[in-house]
Amino acid sequence: MSVLIFIDHADSHIKKGSFEALTYGADVAKQSGIGAEGLLLGTVNDDLASLGKYGISKVQQVSDEGLNNFDAEVYAKAIEEAVKATGATIIIFSQNQTGKAVAPRVAAGLKAGLASGAITLPDTSNGFVVKKPVFSGKAFANVNISSAIKVISLSPNSYKVNTGEGTATVNQLNISIAAPSVKITAVHKVSGEVPLTEADIVVSGGRGLKGPENWGMIEDLAHTLHAATACSRPVSDSDWRPHHEHVGQTGIQIAPNLYIAIGISGAIQHLAGVNRSKTIVVINKDPEAPFFKAADYGIVGDAFEIVPRLTEEIKKLNNA
Amino acid sequence: MKILVCISKTPDTTSKIAFKEGNTKFEENGVQWIINPYDEWYALVRAIELKEKDASAVLHLITVGGADCDPIIRKSLALGGDEAIRVNAESSDSFYIASQIAEVAKQGGYDLIFTGKETIDYNGSSIGGMVAELLNMPYVSLATKFELAGTTATIDREIEGGEEVCEVTLPVVVSCQKGVAEQRIPNMRGIMAARTKPLKVVEPAAVEALTNIVSFELPAPKAGVKLVAADNVAELVRLLHEEAKAI
Ligand SMILES: Cc1cc2nc3c(=O)[nH]c(=O)nc-3n(C[C@H](O)[C@H](O)[C@H](O)COP(=O)(O)OP(=O)(O)OC[C@H]3O[C@@H](n4cnc5c(N)ncnc54)[C@H](O)[C@@H]3O)c2cc1C
Ligand SMILES: Nc1ncnc2c1ncn2[C@@H]1O[C@H](COP(=O)(O)O)[C@@H](O)[C@H]1O
Repeated sequence: MSVLIFIDHADSHIKKGSFEALTYGADVAKQSGIGAEGLLLGTVNDDLASLGKYGISKVQQVSDEGLNNFDAEVYAKAIEEAVKATGATIIIFSQNQTGKAVAPRVAAGLKAGLASGAITLPDTSNGFVVKKPVFSGKAFANVNISSAIKVISLSPNSYKVNTGEGTATVNQLNISIAAPSVKITAVHKVSGEVPLTEADIVVSGGRGLKGPENWGMIEDLAHTLHAATACSRPVSDSDWRPHHEHVGQTGIQIAPNLYIAIGISGAIQHLAGVNRSKTIVVINKDPEAPFFKAADYGIVGDAFEIVPRLTEEIKKLNNA
Repeated sequence: MKILVCISKTPDTTSKIAFKEGNTKFEENGVQWIINPYDEWYALVRAIELKEKDASAVLHLITVGGADCDPIIRKSLALGGDEAIRVNAESSDSFYIASQIAEVAKQGGYDLIFTGKETIDYNGSSIGGMVAELLNMPYVSLATKFELAGTTATIDREIEGGEEVCEVTLPVVVSCQKGVAEQRIPNMRGIMAARTKPLKVVEPAAVEALTNIVSFELPAPKAGVKLVAADNVAELVRLLHEEAKAI
């Protein structure tokens, strides 16, 4: 019996969501009085022993070259083998793009119940219950997993990373890897940008910005805050911004620490993608814009005047 | 070529979300039901486009649910597709639903199975991956583009901060999102035709649900917005720094 935490990586580095998953998994293990181990498929440039600081005692690694080409089927089979080899009973993923592809496969392969998008530690007082957002963040469900093996994917940005003392031992797992049937032929990444789903701060623009030529000030503000940029649906529908920036019920759902909405009216479908943000700031020239009802802070005024000023003030703070 | 599209029924995006029976059940009273947007706009439309290009293609739709899903599946058939299958069972457990779809798919011998990226009610993002695993098929999730040449599919899928392009030989399970196709509106001819298309109801296979929803909660209401004057942006920065500790 142990907790096995999947460690996801891209471009030779472990992703932020994995640190959250490691902290969470270690806490789940502590709660049940069992051990916690990480599982890394492929190779990274990061030091694996130092992952002990998140509370795990061991990192299991399958350093097969083939695993640097992501194929959900190959990954799932490898994870299932690792679960059998380690005797893990609880498997944790970050519910990022990789987690969404792999966690359900692993769950089905092991006949394990899956709670996807969990935001709390399991409540084990009566079963094994985790809370997760449903109805696109308009509500939460408490989901009980009743199978012997349990799979949880942790919603990004919902569990605080904790570090302490400790190093992990690294163990090479000998698992044979199947040839992939999905071949990656190209990767299109906007370099230098903070990925939206990992960002602590998100600066988002709506139709109120009038056109793509006005996004310079949004990018300046985002840059000053080390934030990711996002947009409302009509903005990406009109190709002012790329599809992967569209947040909302039919776009990406995010839960950053800070969401700054500029020239966005706050339609219910937009709110559904951002309502779990910890702090929401709304800048809109219409005092009746529905977004103000969902906001923590707001400024009624013209974005074209306020946003550059805001960037200046934040620069002052950064330099203070 | 045989294509299967997984269709689910969800509350309209503007629905007020409420619960009953001590917060253990979703309050369906007054709720408008729609086809899950990802299933309708992207998965189904792309499948219809593939069928339009290949006259020999067969397109089946499947839903796992009670008789209350029939209007939704008829509406889906009005957009396109040859026949629909409803597995007569109700469950919110992804493994249960996926197992039912996989059972039907095993008998159907499909080359291509499309799902939506997620349901907008339970937000599992799980069914596609589970179906693929149960059928031992490759799975490409969060597709933003799908092209087919012979039996080779070229698919763009979302990754953190971008997209990657991949190639896979059929059969494959694909979860679809924005970019894969453009939303269509059913026309009168489609609606009339859908009335006579077969809708087969099959009984579920014996499968155990591995999860269950114990209760629901609504988010705590916001305390109310603190407004800052437009000429006092410095004050907003101070609040974000000192009070919210967000920057
Ligand atoms: C099924 C369905 C799903 C949907 N899914 C999504 C989704 O996932 N995400 C999403 O975003 N939308 C979604 N929508 C669309 C949604 O209903 C709204 O139409 C959309 O969010 C509006 O975008 P907006 O706020 O940018 O534009 P608008 O509603 O046009 O609002 C623009 C705002 O900018 C303000 N403004 C104008 N000029 C200025 C200025 N100079 N300074 C400051 N403020 C200014 C205006 O006061 C206004 O409030 C969906 C709709 C449907 C029906
Ligand atoms: N009850 C169901 N019947 C048929 N397909 C479903 C059902 N529930 C979900 N799906 C499909 O699986 C996708 C992902 O759903 P989910 O894993 O619940 O987020 C949906 O977009 C549908 O295509």
